[in-house]
Amino acid sequence: MASKLAPWALRSSARVLRSGVKEQRRTFQVSSASRSASLMVHRDTPENNPSIPFKFNEQNEQLIKEVLSRYPSQYKKAAVMPLLDLGQRQHGFTSISVMNEVARLLEMPPMRVYEVATFYTMYNRNPVGRFHVQCCTTTPCQLGGSDGIMKAIEEELGIHHGETTKDNIFTFTEVECLGACANAPMVQINDDYYEDLTPEKTKDLLRALKEAAEKTGASGWAPGLVGESGKDQVSGQSPGHQIKQGGEGYSAQGAKIPAPGPLSSRISCENSAGQTNLLELDNYPTPEQALRKDGAL
Amino acid sequence: MLSTPAGKAALRSSATTSSLPKATVRALSTTSPAQAVSQDGQQKRGMATVQDAPPVHRHGGLKDQDRIFTNLYGHHGADLKSAMKYGDWYKTKEILDKGHDWIISEIKTSGLRGRGGAGFPSGMKWSFMNFKGWDEDTKPRYLVVNADEGEPGTCKDREIMRKDPHKLIEGCLVAGRAMNCTAAYIYIRGEFYHEATVLQRAIQEAYKAGFLGKNACGSGYDFDVFVHRGMGAYVCGEETSLIESLEGKPGKPRLKPPFPAAVGLFGCPSTVANVETIAVAPTIVRRGGEWFNSFGRERNSGTKLFCISGHVNNPCTVEEEMSIPLRELIDKHCGGVKGGWDNLKAVIPGGSSTPILPKHICDDQLMDFDGLKDNQSGLGTAAVIVMDKSTDVVRAISRLSKFYHHESCGQCTPCREGSKWTDQIMKRFEAGTARAREIDMMQELTKQVEGHTICALGEAFAWPIQGLIRHFRPELEARIAENTRRQGGEALAGGWEHDASKKGMLISPGQ
Repeated sequence: MASKLAPWALRSSARVLRSGVKEQRRTFQVSSASRSASLMVHRDTPENNPSIPFKFNEQNEQLIKEVLSRYPSQYKKAAVMPLLDLGQRQHGFTSISVMNEVARLLEMPPMRVYEVATFYTMYNRNPVGRFHVQCCTTTPCQLGGSDGIMKAIEEELGIHHGETTKDNIFTFTEVECLGACANAPMVQINDDYYEDLTPEKTKDLLRALKEAAEKTGASGWAPGLVGESGKDQVSGQSPGHQIKQGGEGYSAQGAKIPAPGPLSSRISCENSAGQTNLLELDNYPTPEQALRKDGAL
Repeated sequence: MLSTPAGKAALRSSATTSSLPKATVRALSTTSPAQAVSQDGQQKRGMATVQDAPPVHRHGGLKDQDRIFTNLYGHHGADLKSAMKYGDWYKTKEILDKGHDWIISEIKTSGLRGRGGAGFPSGMKWSFMNFKGWDEDTKPRYLVVNADEGEPGTCKDREIMRKDPHKLIEGCLVAGRAMNCTAAYIYIRGEFYHEATVLQRAIQEAYKAGFLGKNACGSGYDFDVFVHRGMGAYVCGEETSLIESLEGKPGKPRLKPPFPAAVGLFGCPSTVANVETIAVAPTIVRRGGEWFNSFGRERNSGTKLFCISGHVNNPCTVEEEMSIPLRELIDKHCGGVKGGWDNLKAVIPGGSSTPILPKHICDDQLMDFDGLKDNQSGLGTAAVIVMDKSTDVVRAISRLSKFYHHESCGQCTPCREGSKWTDQIMKRFEAGTARAREIDMMQELTKQVEGHTICALGEAFAWPIQGLIRHFRPELEARIAENTRRQGGEALAGGWEHDASKKGMLISPGQ
């Protein structure tokens, strides 16, 4: 009998012992979340919650009237994108209050506005710095050396993409193709394109912007929010070529920011060693000469 | 359509054009082996004794007098006066008075194909708007200009809008007249803030001069042009998605049919066309459809803006004749490939969504719709991305996969999920932490996506990967082999190290 019981007793006692020692422990690994842009849901924060009032200012009210006139009267909601943009420019970012106000103005359900505001990447649903540095890293820019530009920005600002500097002057974002591939690599800072960059030029540019912000006493966050934008002024003569975006550099209170456009010797998208075509524009046929010869017109 | 081929050649300003019939030119300029099979599938026979004709490059070398976009490099301002000096708004009233049938027939004669990527014949597309009984419909009709230029590599529409805005605006009027539209909306991508400003200013100038609005150009025809700024969504470059976006919704493509020509913007008949297509229309009509048709090979006629970026000495945007050999385009206008032509590795010929071509195909590739299609690629938006030998071609395509992952609107499952998978798998290919058989899986995956989505974004992210596998498979395999050698074994599916289970990394909870 004992010979029959012994193995069973041994086995089961071991099992009893083991169950006491090893408990079911569930370890789980979390891979880093990689979101396409930013969080898609709204979370109330002190600077972004529905109780913060928002109203369009008088100038924007005029603009809204103009914008609404572009669309058929029964399709007022077509104006949601321009209106959100106006709101973003006034408020500094597209807060939930801006969305609610736009929904009220256009008589559409707020959710329809939220849908739009979350779908398009240019609506900043969180506060951004005064200078929103957006570096393009898609293939054409990558071939042109955007890795170096990214690194230069990170070194200069001390932040990674998706972050804002401590003084709220710069927000740095990595973006997809901005459509200036012949002038790669490039960054977009607020509305301006700065093209044909090198890491050094990028650093100089960021330094100039920082200096300008310091000299003009501009506080952080985008202009709309704390409102120092009135001090900026465009100065200087328009150059003969109307191509460099914005035409002229900005200067205010002794600080100078280089003119947007290619930061090289180029004017725009021509061959940097000299134009290969359109050199004989003086001989370009006059409208009469170029007109079709069959007399149809 | 044409009187004689010789008469046709005489239309061009260049005196050097040969008077060979176009078909002959076509035969002579076909040099690559892939093109030896002609259109009707018959094998072209090489003569045993007579050597085949040497490659004759008949296309390219466009004369300045024949260029449409005179202000491409900012020679003069974007204002109305300068634009008129170089031929814009000349005899627009007479054009409008000719009526829609005449304008459309001119566009058909010119052989203009849509410049937005698909290459659909514009004359035909425009004629869809004038369906039977269109004039009994009291609804408004819209022309929508697609200026949402987001395809990586493409930067041509931007140059038109900020330097030659009046060509676009006049084009809206002429194309609008051809389609009997009441208004045009120009949907410009949001990042192009300054371009939108220039365009808006030009529109105001045109209104002030009486060229737009009620009784446009004194022709008794009413026409308005509006600018609508997008807000950063690549997918809005698709026509139905652009319409959705213009209506104030998220830009998610609609199912077709109904086609926009029947039910489009605000429920009204509308047509979406690319900026370049619209901008060349007035010049075509003014100079004659046959003038435009005298450029390029048959069915690929006209001039085209090429944007060359990447590893060339001097990247630029240039207007050239269609069917120009790729090599000539790069050597002539961009100072050649960095390190010489032999340093070339690959070229993406038409914007990110066209399959990549290796050097041996590029050697004698003609840049037009059919020539590139014959080599299983496409002209797309004619955005040439050049890569030299130093390029990590897997990384370049992997970056494009990331782009499409970011830009997929999320409406159709194959694209939403597929773009993410391909992005992840491409990242592993880049690092070599994949299995060789995953290359075939990837090919199968992209084939599953293709054609199963509402819009063409599914194809757009599948094709570059297919192109990579088609031409650079050895590179992928070598990378995997290299990783295998380094790690001491082939990676497991999902990118795990070969000995991950030994290291206790593959243990599920409770095991």
